[in-house]
Amino acid sequence: MTNLTTVLSVPTPAPAKTTAGKSPKAKGHKHNRLSVGGWIIRIVFACVFAFPLLFMVVSSFKPDDEIMADLSSWKAFLPVGNISLENYAQVFTRVPAARFLMNSVIITLVTVVLGVLVNSMAAFAIQRLNVKGKKVIFTFILATLMVPFETYAIPLLWWVNQLPRPMVDQFGLYFTRGWIDTMPVQIVPFIANAFSIYLYIQYFETIPKELDEAARVDGAGWFHIYSRIVMPLSGPATATVVILSFLPMWNQYVWPLMVVQSESLRPVMIGVQYFQQMTTSWGQIMAYSSLITVPIIIVFVIFQRQFVSSIASSGVKG
Amino acid sequence: MNTASRLDSPTIKSAAIEHKTDSERHHENLVGWGMLLPACALLLLFIGIPVLIAFGLAFTNARTISPNPTRLIGFSNFIRLFSDPTFWYALRNVAIFAIVVVPVQAGLGLFLAVLINKQVRSSVFFRTIYFLPVVTSMVVVSLLWMFIYQNDGMLNQVLDKITFGHWQAVDWLNDPHTAMGAIIVMSIWQAVGQHMLIWLSGLQTIPGELYEAAELDGCDAWQQFKNVTWPCLRSTRNMILVTITIAALSLFTQINVMTQGGPRDSTTTVVFEAVRSGFQQQEMGYASAITLVFFLIIMLITGVQRRLTQER
Repeated sequence: MTNLTTVLSVPTPAPAKTTAGKSPKAKGHKHNRLSVGGWIIRIVFACVFAFPLLFMVVSSFKPDDEIMADLSSWKAFLPVGNISLENYAQVFTRVPAARFLMNSVIITLVTVVLGVLVNSMAAFAIQRLNVKGKKVIFTFILATLMVPFETYAIPLLWWVNQLPRPMVDQFGLYFTRGWIDTMPVQIVPFIANAFSIYLYIQYFETIPKELDEAARVDGAGWFHIYSRIVMPLSGPATATVVILSFLPMWNQYVWPLMVVQSESLRPVMIGVQYFQQMTTSWGQIMAYSSLITVPIIIVFVIFQRQFVSSIASSGVKG
Repeated sequence: MNTASRLDSPTIKSAAIEHKTDSERHHENLVGWGMLLPACALLLLFIGIPVLIAFGLAFTNARTISPNPTRLIGFSNFIRLFSDPTFWYALRNVAIFAIVVVPVQAGLGLFLAVLINKQVRSSVFFRTIYFLPVVTSMVVVSLLWMFIYQNDGMLNQVLDKITFGHWQAVDWLNDPHTAMGAIIVMSIWQAVGQHMLIWLSGLQTIPGELYEAAELDGCDAWQQFKNVTWPCLRSTRNMILVTITIAALSLFTQINVMTQGGPRDSTTTVVFEAVRSGFQQQEMGYASAITLVFFLIIMLITGVQRRLTQER
């Protein structure tokens, strides 16, 4: 790896100016050490990416007049002055923030769990079983990868308005029309995911089929092989699928914006915008923003190795 | 020996076994379909059918709630669409956005990837920091930057301070000349970490021997980048270009939170117009026409990109 370092400290075409001067120096290094220039560039970029977020979290603890007073000094990024949890208290009294959080947790959790189940089963059938017509099915699944959500969001909105909705009351089961303004409409369309199926298929290919054979000889059914042999061995694939589906679900915005009307069904991202429209206090907006961001950042930092390999694997496909 | 070859094996002659394999095969097919069904039904119901519906609805006057029955109106939606100056502004704006964001974000992502690809302990730390905006939702990022961009916000105050009070405060998001630029900067800030990681995984697949050979041939750092790194990243590059382009053309969230398409249509986008007419004005037919045009543009651009990158 050592020889990589010489090459990779090379200036890239876009921001060539910044590093052009130090490439001959970097070339001299045969061991893994950063040049002073390398350190400076890395730190400058770290500030660029971290400071706005730091500002958000720090401001969430300050009263509005102090946020404004600190804006143009270093104090904007430091938790100094009149620090309190007052903004957070205000968030919870002014809007049902706990309810919004709960909704998002339910939506994300149910989608991710059902997604793991549904997509891994489909992948198992395609990769392991002789199913008639699976080539056509697989082509269809891959084709759904080509269309971004934005290209069919509007017809989908029209479509879920037409779908029958099962209801139960004391007279039994009956149907009404339209899924708008429900929890399922925020969940069901996102369970099946072609990319998750693709990731599972790739991973299942690495699990030897001799394991199935042995289990078949012992009389195990296919579903047993799937649930007891293949899935327990597919932890890394499941981790990737969970990470790649959890973040977009938590951050979902366009779809709930269109399908949710009731306050009690709002997820956090709709809730925060709604909150922003009813308050003028930036401290409170920053408190709400921190509330729905910091837990995700903590999860990310803890599992960052898995995050990184998951995102990287999303770049494998063409 | 795998299941498939055993079942298909013509060497099995015994009638008893053949009968067994037949029923076994039938059973396998049934189980397989049972396992495929949930995913296939959902994909069909929530992607396949909606895409087809877009083609149908675009030629009707469908509304979300309407006393009049929906009827076919031919190309009226498209005629109206192409004679609407707002739609042309939307096309222009996403074109500008994509033309700036695609190369800058891809280039900056590659620069950051190269920067942290050195095998030193601090790389993990910096990689984590650079990636933080990506795990932050675009809605939160938009709200945060609204505060940074506003008239008495952080950006103007800092500029005022470093110019010793000579800075004339700019209302970044309310000035038609600066609004799109402000959104471009913020969007790159938010998403560049993701592409850095994808570049990074591409960089790590390049075998070290190639660099050794290049070094023996007396290539300097820049030549090594040009002759080893850049060609080796071809498939990563193609993939990144396609994904950034699609994401850039789909611009919506930032617009909806920060500017609502204003000021004077300077930040409106195709998806924003589709949502505005389909959801807010409930004109499903017209919105589907916008969606359909958008869909065709995406297919055209990705098709062209694939063609261009395949031939080389």
